[in-house]
Amino acid sequence: MASSPNRSIEPMQRDRTAVARFLDDSFVWVTGIFAVLIAFVLIAIALRVALDARPAIEKFGLSFLLETRWSENAQEFHALPQIYGTLVSAFLSLLIAVPIGVGVAIFLSEDFIPDRLKQPVIFLIELLAAIPSVVYGLWGIFVLIPILQAGGTSIYKTLGWLPIFSTPPSTRGMYVAVIVLSIMILPIITAISRDALIAVPNELRQAAYGLGATRWETILKVILPTAFSGIVGGVMLALGRAMGETMAVTMVIGDATTVNASLFAKGSTVSSLLANKFGEAEGLQTSSLMYATLILLVLTLLVNVLAQVIVRRANKI
Amino acid sequence: MTQHLPSPPTIDTALANRLKRNYSSPRTLFDGGMTVVACVCVAIALVPLAAVLFYLFFQGAARFGPDLFNQLAPAPNEKGGGLGNALIGTLLTVSIGSAIAVPSGIAAAIFLSEFSKGTRLASWIGFFTNVLSGVPSIVVGAFIYAIIVIPTGKSAIAGGMALAILMLPTIVRTSTESLDLVPVEMRQASVGLGATRFQMVSRVVLPAAFPAILTGVMLAVARASGETAPLIFTAGANAYWSTDVQKPMDTLSVLIYKFAAGSDVNQQQLAWAGSLLLVLMVLAASIMSKLVVKRK
Repeated sequence: MASSPNRSIEPMQRDRTAVARFLDDSFVWVTGIFAVLIAFVLIAIALRVALDARPAIEKFGLSFLLETRWSENAQEFHALPQIYGTLVSAFLSLLIAVPIGVGVAIFLSEDFIPDRLKQPVIFLIELLAAIPSVVYGLWGIFVLIPILQAGGTSIYKTLGWLPIFSTPPSTRGMYVAVIVLSIMILPIITAISRDALIAVPNELRQAAYGLGATRWETILKVILPTAFSGIVGGVMLALGRAMGETMAVTMVIGDATTVNASLFAKGSTVSSLLANKFGEAEGLQTSSLMYATLILLVLTLLVNVLAQVIVRRANKI
Repeated sequence: MTQHLPSPPTIDTALANRLKRNYSSPRTLFDGGMTVVACVCVAIALVPLAAVLFYLFFQGAARFGPDLFNQLAPAPNEKGGGLGNALIGTLLTVSIGSAIAVPSGIAAAIFLSEFSKGTRLASWIGFFTNVLSGVPSIVVGAFIYAIIVIPTGKSAIAGGMALAILMLPTIVRTSTESLDLVPVEMRQASVGLGATRFQMVSRVVLPAAFPAILTGVMLAVARASGETAPLIFTAGANAYWSTDVQKPMDTLSVLIYKFAAGSDVNQQQLAWAGSLLLVLMVLAASIMSKLVVKRK
């Protein structure tokens, strides 16, 4: 492996002493060990979490996923509301962030504005991703919630007969989490979609224009279909991020342990459960939390691996 | 438009008109409409950023003074105070994280870029790096909780280890990209002069890639300083001054979380000031990395 590197630049080893050669080889091996360590860390995380979850897996089995009760007194731990919350909040935030994110990506990849103006906008969108999660949470509590609650109240009055708007907006709730999440995942969607759009060969654009297509006909019928798999990869990465996002969600979702169809009601996610409960958990509860961690890990790993495969395949084309 | 065309009286005017853009045709209107939609998307995307930054400066600036840095975090209903102990905690946990993640990350990047480029192994490790960066930070926290906190208790070391795992993928990726930018001729020249692989890497390639690697590290450090989820139950909490890394320690981000959840106005003000501090750090790191990339 490392001792016979597959490179064109191979120093001449003839005139060196055995010690010098050994030291040089060990340098290559040491860097190799650190590289393999990355894979080792990932596998160690998965194994350790699975191992610590075993008592809970044996006790609750699949009912962990299907029932709602989380009670320390009864030593009964089930995580349906949290899994429901994780999936619902992640998918709904995609529903908001994907159209806007792809729209921004189109705006920043086609020649709507000169490159000189594009760069600052790209930088600002990237900055959205760099703001710490806990800061979004703080902002969500004190700035976003008052605004959303006012807006939500009027939606409740007019559309309250719909199950998803069927409760008066609480101060914290699923709807706030969805909005905060969509803000946080938008930069990922934009960045990866933009890469995919830029990678579309210019000849395709020129051919479409030459056939008399307008700019948006070109974008919608030629460029977006070509870049589609890359964009899907970006959306998958964003989905993984949304499912794992912890602090901002924990701070605004309200920590309710029931399944409620109404978006205006309080909810919880797997990650908010972990953030709230891990500190003081013991025994079976810790193991149950590890079970929840394992579910979150499996979900995000699946999504991420799929995203990697899609993005890699898209880049090869 | 038609006046630019050569227009002998025999030409079919209907044909010439077809070359003109008809501004009332559905196709043109759709085109204009979609452009407006795209502009609105950009505006919608930038509103939250503007709102977050505005409120941070608006709310955070009030407490942004020397007290923020050299006073102990206040209890509820206590006046004044700062985030001094939490700043020390963040500094220590991030330093521990960096001390682990930076050397190992750069070593891994050297292997990926210098000694195994194009091989299947490198491709797999790149894959694992990307997947590791997608592991939620709270899961990393749970892992560290299992392997360190359960046997030895909460400590700055445990928090630092969690941050190290979170920083590692960023450092590996940015360092690999930086090393790849170094022209292959420089490697060939150094080997041609008789350098060993170690000499080639340490005297030629690393110095050439140093500014780019540094900005990647800075970005990773800035992101790690804002990490909260994995620190809550690894680094723990400590209301007093402490520099003992084997003991629990307050950190900036965890204090922001706690203060934001409480109802004490004084604490909330400090949460805003702490957030402003975090964002300024991230902002500085991002701008610096942009400048370095531009200079390349």
